[in-house]
Amino acid sequence: MLETKELILNMGPQHPSTHGVLRLVLKLEGETIVGTDVVIGYLHRGSEKIAENIPYFEFVPYTDRLDYTAALSSNLGYVMAVEKLSNIRPPERAEYIRVILTEFQRIAAHLVWLGTHAMDLGAMTVFLYCFRERETILDFFEMITGARLTINFFRIGGVPADLPPQFFARAWEFLETFPDRIKEYEALLTRNKIWLKRTKGVAVISAEDAIDLGLTGPSLRGSGVSFDIRRAEPYSVYDRFQFDIPIGEKGDVFDRYMVRVEEMRQSIRIIRQGLEQIPEGDLMTRVPRKLKPPAGAEVYVRIEAPKGELGFYIVSDGGEKPYRLKIRGPSFVNLQSLPLMVQGGLVADVVAAIGSIDVVLGEVDR
Amino acid sequence: MPTVVVEIIVVLVKIAVVFGAVALVVAYLTYLERKVIGHMQHRMGPMRVGWHGLLQPIADGLKLFTKEDIIPSQADRWVFFLAPVVSLVPAFIAYAVIPFDRNFYITHLNIGVLYILAVSSLGVYGIVMAGWASNSKYAILGSFRSAAQMFSYEIFLGFSLIGPLMIAGSLDLVKIVDAQSKVWFIVYQPVAFLLFLVAATAETNRVPFDLPEAETELVAGFHTEYSGMKFAFFFMAEYANMVIVGAMASVLFLGGWSGPVLPGVIWFFLKVMAFIFLFIWLRATLPRLRYDQLMYMGWKVMFPIAILNIVGTGLVIYLL
Amino acid sequence: MEPFFFFLFAAGAVISALLVISRRNIMHCALFLVLTFFFVAAIFVLLNAEFLAAVQVLVYAGAIMVLFTFVIFLVHIPRTEKIRRTFGQKNLALALGVFLGLEVAYIVYGAISAPASPAAAPVVQGGNTESFGVALFTRFLFPFEIVSVLLLAAMIGAIVLAKKEIDR
Repeated sequence: MLETKELILNMGPQHPSTHGVLRLVLKLEGETIVGTDVVIGYLHRGSEKIAENIPYFEFVPYTDRLDYTAALSSNLGYVMAVEKLSNIRPPERAEYIRVILTEFQRIAAHLVWLGTHAMDLGAMTVFLYCFRERETILDFFEMITGARLTINFFRIGGVPADLPPQFFARAWEFLETFPDRIKEYEALLTRNKIWLKRTKGVAVISAEDAIDLGLTGPSLRGSGVSFDIRRAEPYSVYDRFQFDIPIGEKGDVFDRYMVRVEEMRQSIRIIRQGLEQIPEGDLMTRVPRKLKPPAGAEVYVRIEAPKGELGFYIVSDGGEKPYRLKIRGPSFVNLQSLPLMVQGGLVADVVAAIGSIDVVLGEVDR
Repeated sequence: MPTVVVEIIVVLVKIAVVFGAVALVVAYLTYLERKVIGHMQHRMGPMRVGWHGLLQPIADGLKLFTKEDIIPSQADRWVFFLAPVVSLVPAFIAYAVIPFDRNFYITHLNIGVLYILAVSSLGVYGIVMAGWASNSKYAILGSFRSAAQMFSYEIFLGFSLIGPLMIAGSLDLVKIVDAQSKVWFIVYQPVAFLLFLVAATAETNRVPFDLPEAETELVAGFHTEYSGMKFAFFFMAEYANMVIVGAMASVLFLGGWSGPVLPGVIWFFLKVMAFIFLFIWLRATLPRLRYDQLMYMGWKVMFPIAILNIVGTGLVIYLL
Repeated sequence: MEPFFFFLFAAGAVISALLVISRRNIMHCALFLVLTFFFVAAIFVLLNAEFLAAVQVLVYAGAIMVLFTFVIFLVHIPRTEKIRRTFGQKNLALALGVFLGLEVAYIVYGAISAPASPAAAPVVQGGNTESFGVALFTRFLFPFEIVSVLLLAAMIGAIVLAKKEIDR
């Protein structure tokens, strides 16, 4: 009888759908996957080490480049960590501006995810539609911060600039029209038989396995675990907003897709409330020129980034530069679940799985 | 001049005209696809080369022509060289029997439909040879799957045609068009038409059945190792196949060249273009089926429906 | 004109067939076999059996040989393998070859020296697809059904064998 040999297939690091420089070594039997080795490190830039050599203020641009699709989220996590370390409270208006911009960033990051995920599975048009909306959001960012992608806007102690007057009208217009756009994307995908076939029951991960592996963010919520840091440990001014936490049921690609689409809708709700409630006030508290947090202080601050739990652990030795800065990148931990998800599946499912975990190699490799 | 020589010259001229027209249509089909998909995606497609990008296919052709011809060192030279040819030639010789108008065809075979099916079944060899000759894992996997997909769906294509053939009572394409002089077969055989549409999409490796060529999933499948003119041949073969399938659809279901006012050739062209527009629209809209789902759908869904269609048609013909 | 084309196709078929058994690269052998079938189909056309020619290309060259090439893919025979061993059957092969050669010579001689008989008239004016179909479903119905059952048995056998592999 003919024996089916084990075939080793190498995907990446240069591959159109591994979303960055990710390398997967797949062990196949026929077309079924029996083992996966995830090889990372191709984008390692030594961010954590660099942090030890520069003052706290100067590290903010480096956080942009972690999850480069959601720069403001990473900014937020870092400045909040340093603020907690040094007992600095930013003014209310600054907090509101931060939340509004971070939620816009969440939508922008999810649009990149949706566009690329759909395109990987063949639905090219969704990609262009998503990027059309993302352009509007990037225009907002440019209007307010001066940058589109690597934004570097939040500062330790607040924000450096206010929302310009022309922002509000355009933002309200966007909030009115965006839900219809989401309907457009869903019209092309959610009830499309082919999309359902490619995503339902594919790359399933159970809630227990997800929790065991440290999975966080929409990938965890897709498996039915209702854990969102904005609700569980509210930070900034999130406790003043009403929003739902969408969860899935089975933990397959489709559930993770639905969770993120719903999250975009919830972000719209938060932004609306933010724009309505935003108070007048200062933008920055007074922060010493040379910021020296107390020696021996250590802090771990985590936020709900678009990809999951983004954590910053900082140890201070009393100097201007951190003694140790550790970044818990959500994609790094989420990627661990990939081998379990694709075990027993087909090669074509690997593409769907990577897309559904929404990995960004900047966070994985730092 | 002896009549044989005149006949030969006439046939040669017809061949030249059809060949030229097909080559031009195939080249501009690439342009049409990019424009149509572009507009469906909220952008404009090629705009720079020539007015609104009309000279784009020529620029592309020149580019591919002047590209370096890379042959992998471990490749089987002869097979590598012949694979694109074997892909392209069947696509072109199928045009020999297509009637563009009542009296405008290269040749009149009484087994027209069978000839086209036979010739398209040879196109599979181009893919098989390409995969084999490239001697690379990706290419072999891709060509394997593409070949299996193509000839499975060829079977369904054939089966979906049996319905109209039963009604027309002949394999001769001209007679089939004549049999539709009152009602087009799409009215009598809507199920067969749908089956034909799906089978044709799979036959020509178009979305949602284009997994073997999906760049995002397996780099480029069976034509990974090809560059330059050879790659262009595969590309052209795919589009030429699309036009053939569109021509078959219009002859077998949409009444061929029949239509009021305008000359038959124009109607034929319009119907083929409508079909191709449908293909392009599908490409812009739908995601891609996984390979096992594609085969499942073919053998477990389409095949029974095709057989039921044949049985049903037979019953109706018997009873009427 | 006809004899010229006949000899052309016949020579093509014979040469391709010889190349099938003499190539070292197994994929080349398979492809030359396809070419052989193609030439045979051309000869069918010369005999006015167009339906048969089309079916020959469609089924034999277009489907069965593709399956052959699939097997070649799966088994992955190294290309430079030279098969020189004759398994101790050289003498038997030689004897059989001579015997068959004599048979062929006998038949050809008989055909050349016999009086020329009129070429078989085309069976039905309407085209041989119809005549083929009619004959198949009336005179040859029984063999047709037997062949169908045989094919069904072969399919079931193949599925059972493959299923065992999958279950394992």
